[in-house]
Amino acid sequence: MSASDTPFERAGDPYLVGRTRDWVSTGAGRGYVHATGHGEGGPASKRVIVGYGFWIFLLSDIVMFSAFFAAHAVLQTATAGGPSGRELFNWWSIVAQTAFLLVSSFTCGLSAVATEARHHLWTQVALLVTGLFGLAFLVLEGRDFANMVMQGAGPDRSAFLSSLFAVVGLHGLHVSAGLLWLGTMMAQVFVKGFRPDILRRLVCFNLFWHALDIIWVALFTVVYLIGLGR
Amino acid sequence: MSHETDTRDPGDLGPGFMDAAEVTVREGITRYVMGFVLASALTAASFYVLSTSLIWGPGIPVALVVLAIAQMGVHLVFFLHITTAPDNTNNVLALAFGVLIVALLIAGSLWIMDNLNQNMMSMPQMMQMQR
Repeated sequence: MSASDTPFERAGDPYLVGRTRDWVSTGAGRGYVHATGHGEGGPASKRVIVGYGFWIFLLSDIVMFSAFFAAHAVLQTATAGGPSGRELFNWWSIVAQTAFLLVSSFTCGLSAVATEARHHLWTQVALLVTGLFGLAFLVLEGRDFANMVMQGAGPDRSAFLSSLFAVVGLHGLHVSAGLLWLGTMMAQVFVKGFRPDILRRLVCFNLFWHALDIIWVALFTVVYLIGLGR
Repeated sequence: MSHETDTRDPGDLGPGFMDAAEVTVREGITRYVMGFVLASALTAASFYVLSTSLIWGPGIPVALVVLAIAQMGVHLVFFLHITTAPDNTNNVLALAFGVLIVALLIAGSLWIMDNLNQNMMSMPQMMQMQR
């Protein structure tokens, strides 16, 4: 055993050639055990890097949403003589949409637990339930939009309604994209199994779906509940 | 890679991971159930605040915003697994920067537009000028 093989020496240079003692290979990537964001210990595993990169994307997505939220907050009272939120919003539909999205976020979390246990059936079941609740959410939202347009309260009626359709519609588009992604992931888990790259994609999908629910929390509070109070 | 195996890496954590080596299936589910119960309670409170007369009218939006921020915190901790643990430092720093930008954007927009509204001439005055 050479001198550079002692723990003290190995901790010194993470890039030391032949430094293989705490190099690990996991189900979703390889890297150093101690590479956990301390700024030491060499390159982190691919799984950590992918999760971090996707987290940065989600934050930039949230920054984009905040611009839409700011526009809506500014224009919430600019009804131009048209209907206000108090006259338009359907209380029980908002309650149901909120409940559906929260339950789907919960079942999405359960699918992550099933994936960690490497259990195919429960992963698929949890993902399917997640997708069905997401679909129910979209159907209710589409119905609300259709009702408003039929009443003559479409996005062209007032600045308030333009910003409302923009911010709620943008979230709806994200949910639609999430559903497509979810279907793709179910197919990939079915065909390819829990391969490292599939596991990383599942992690990213989970993050995306939970982030959508966080945005919905801001949305039902700012757009619907505060809008109903105006 | 073909030689990648299925073993866990105890220090390998990022956002969305519940798989620190010691977390079992039962603990993982318990965590999501706790998050779900807390989030449901906060959502119910938000909807209740609007329908009750317990809170002074102008205070309702403030109460709603506080409840929403609390619920986002619950989602971040229990669903996205953003914690203050050392292995999460990078994620927390990125989150802090995101929150800073969002706060500047929203508070700045509201402040500037409110100021413009107050300084803008009212419609009757405008008509008089055009005469």
